[in-house]
Amino acid sequence: MRLKTIRTALAAVFFTLITILLLDFTGTVHHWLGWMAKIQFLPAVLALNVVVVALLVLLTLVFGRIYCSVICPLGVMQDLISHLHSRRAKNRFTYSKALTWLRLAMLAVLVVAIAAGLGSLVALLAPYSTYGRIAAGLLQPIYLWVNNALAAIAEHYHSYAFYSREVWMRSLPTFVLALAAFVLIAVLAWRGGRTYCNTICPVGTVLGYLAKFSWLKVRFDADKCKSCSLCTKNCKASCIDHTTHTVDHTRCVACGNCLSKCKFDALYYGPARKAQQAATAPTEEQTAKTAPADEARRAFLVGGAIVAAEAALAQAGKKVDGGLAEIEDKTAPKRTTPLTPPGSLSARNMARHCTACQLCVTHCPNDVLRPSGDLATLMQPTMSYERGYCRPECTRCSEVCPTGAIRPIDTATKSATQIGHAVWKKENCVVVTDGVSCGNCARHCPSGAIMMVQLDPNNDSSPMVPAVDRAKCIGCGACEYLCPARPFAAIYVEGHEVHKEI
Amino acid sequence: MSKTYSRRGFLKALGVIGTTAATSTIVSCTSSENSASAGTDQEPPIGKMTYRTNPTTGDKVSLLGYGMMRLPTVETNGSAREENDAEIDQDMVNRQVDYAIEHGVNYFDTSPAYCRGRSETATGIALARHKRNEYFIATKLSNFAPETWSRQASIEMFHNSLKQLQVDYIDYLLLHAIGGGDDAMDTFNKRYIDNGILDFLVEQRDKGVIRNLGFSYHGDIAIFDHALKMQDDGKIKWDFVQIELNYLDWKYANEINDRNTDAEYLYAELVKRGLPSVIMEPLLGGRLANLPEPLAGRLLARDPQRTIASWAFRYAGTFPKVLTVLSGMTRMEHLKENLNTYCPLEPLNDEEMKFLEHIAEEYVSFDIIPCNDCKYCMPCPYGLDIPAIFVHYNKCLVEQNVPRDTGSPAYRKARRVFLVGYDRSVPRLRQADHCIGCGQCESHCPQRIRIPREMERISRYVDALKRDDTKGLAETTKTDEEEQ
Repeated sequence: MRLKTIRTALAAVFFTLITILLLDFTGTVHHWLGWMAKIQFLPAVLALNVVVVALLVLLTLVFGRIYCSVICPLGVMQDLISHLHSRRAKNRFTYSKALTWLRLAMLAVLVVAIAAGLGSLVALLAPYSTYGRIAAGLLQPIYLWVNNALAAIAEHYHSYAFYSREVWMRSLPTFVLALAAFVLIAVLAWRGGRTYCNTICPVGTVLGYLAKFSWLKVRFDADKCKSCSLCTKNCKASCIDHTTHTVDHTRCVACGNCLSKCKFDALYYGPARKAQQAATAPTEEQTAKTAPADEARRAFLVGGAIVAAEAALAQAGKKVDGGLAEIEDKTAPKRTTPLTPPGSLSARNMARHCTACQLCVTHCPNDVLRPSGDLATLMQPTMSYERGYCRPECTRCSEVCPTGAIRPIDTATKSATQIGHAVWKKENCVVVTDGVSCGNCARHCPSGAIMMVQLDPNNDSSPMVPAVDRAKCIGCGACEYLCPARPFAAIYVEGHEVHKEI
Repeated sequence: MSKTYSRRGFLKALGVIGTTAATSTIVSCTSSENSASAGTDQEPPIGKMTYRTNPTTGDKVSLLGYGMMRLPTVETNGSAREENDAEIDQDMVNRQVDYAIEHGVNYFDTSPAYCRGRSETATGIALARHKRNEYFIATKLSNFAPETWSRQASIEMFHNSLKQLQVDYIDYLLLHAIGGGDDAMDTFNKRYIDNGILDFLVEQRDKGVIRNLGFSYHGDIAIFDHALKMQDDGKIKWDFVQIELNYLDWKYANEINDRNTDAEYLYAELVKRGLPSVIMEPLLGGRLANLPEPLAGRLLARDPQRTIASWAFRYAGTFPKVLTVLSGMTRMEHLKENLNTYCPLEPLNDEEMKFLEHIAEEYVSFDIIPCNDCKYCMPCPYGLDIPAIFVHYNKCLVEQNVPRDTGSPAYRKARRVFLVGYDRSVPRLRQADHCIGCGQCESHCPQRIRIPREMERISRYVDALKRDDTKGLAETTKTDEEEQ
């Protein structure tokens, strides 16, 4: 009874706060709640955060898998869904045998994927990150719409408490995968409680085998048990076999539901009173599919772009006052090497550490970060500059990243970190195509890497066009974002595989 | 399930509130949101309008003229300025024109260029519902685009004005904004002299199709002098001239922008020749209704019963050779407030004139960008919303939300108001940092603002604000004069 109450309360707090952390776009919440992402198991492992990993191992060795019941947001999400079903259908669970081969296979896949640097595969299996993608893909749009409604109200009252943010599809494949993962996990949770955690989730498997040796466990007092089966029927992990008085502790998430259901006090949570044998059950038929790996399609951006329809004017060629020129959406250029944000050190570091939780993506205030559509780095963040550029004062992604994929970086170091270099495309430049003078790229280059030079060095009256000093360029994308050429900017940033401090 | 419903209900409710909020805000092209005015509260009297007599034709012209450049538009959304694309609210135009005529206004000033080319049509529709002898129509030959410089195109434009306005004669026809263009003299000659259009207009006057011929002037003083010299030399007889006059431009137009000329000089030159003045920008696009707080406070303290805008209108009306003072009254409140000011006019005494000149002197020190939101610069081919950027910047200046120092106590709040407000009033892709400096807009600006330079300065200011860079803030809040 007490275990369940404490667990439920803690889980509610953790789940709410971490969801807020994942949805926040204002940059205020992570100062207070950033640690919640950093204590997630897989991110901590990838960040080589020995202290956190050690504490989580210790936690599990003492209390069992309470990590899965309290800290992991994906676990709590499943409990919520399962609870909704249980309210209608009481006593709906049955004991099932562990799918040990599947669990170990999934764990093996994860280990191999990490070792081989297959970031997108790691990302698919990482539980916290799966929840991150669900939050970013399915919840954040709603969160932003509500925010935008509040912003509209605030604006009406001349308040600056809320400001609106554009809601746009950052990556279709990632959205589809998040939706698929949600549907799959929700169905599994609705039907079988913690099925996902106990068959697929590699973190669950690791912690499960640790929990086998935990000090505190749910145990039977066989003398008191009347074999009423209520415990089995209410175990969302399907790990209690009341007939043999055994609990499969590799699957038990220490939720305490069985304890509160038992009318005879035949179950208790605590250290061993006498020798207990842990049951390891053989396989059963329950299966689950992995989230379908959609082929990587180019992410195309759907978004409420500013479209100002120019109404037909009375007379052609007449100068009339007012009106707004239509602004064509920019199209992301094809970058030979994708861009990764300052602090990520290199494409390899990003690929190896990132679990694609989308925390950096939802936090990026300049709409630069979005999930990658490339198969090898699927869902991991990449940068593009159609809606903004990587501004010098901002280091938010590096502050929120829990996995060490984007290491903390200060603004000074960031401004001296070369993540790519700008390339001028003569055929798109308005100086050449429209015959106007421009130089907006050079004017806004924060590192002074763009010089305006004569198009024809031998002709003093030829127009001025930009030339990039690659040694100075840091790849921030100010030039690309502010280039008037549309839909393709006449100057764009090509990424570097390894970042360099200049 | 019930939770889902209640949430949806909540969202719906929010939506309803949002829409109601939106529709209750009537769009105004001007920024003059001067509320708290006793003058607007009372119904203006009928039959009390002050009239001035046109010395040439003897027209009795109401001192308040209706400017048809800032007509109300149908509300599309409550925020931002996307109303640029909205249709003119013809019902509202009709109502306001009816009300104005009922209260003695008889001068209506339009142009083929106004309101994206829709003003003449809307004006024609509204006025055609009244007797032709109840109103005077002023319109212009707005052949700004080089495509319309040919004799044929310009004449076509004139005939189209007659058609749109549904009349067979024009009471007041103006050469539109002479003094503009990169080379003002060249532009003037190409628009009106080389193609024989001025001669054509004189012919039309002789035939009675035009009753009064004049010009409106902005910009290069050489053209103003040149046009008057043409009359001195007997080459033409002007009937009236339209100039910008208000208590700021009287003595400080040149100080605010060294390319402009003080109204004191312009008015004196016209009086010297017995030419009546039609006054435009008496309120500077609403800027003189929305003064920085210390100045607003002084005007209100002097007479709490009078609105801040009314001071500017009384100022312009006090000059005896002023035929009419044009006001672009977007909203019914503007119209009623101005009617209260001019029904009848209470001229300012010498002491009050001096008082306003002191206010002007102090106003200059606020470095407000002299944009009147007339939108002549628009559309910018690169998508910027130039006037919206200036309006936002000026609004922040007036409300003291343009911090120059990150250390000041109100810095964080001012920064937020500036930046959040900036994104609200101008979509990001239309903000100053997207100005490429092509300069196409500059020759269109009647105030001769160095638009690309100001865009770059504002862009650098915003950048410094985002970076919390005190040095950058200080550098970019300097005015032109300080830089030179």
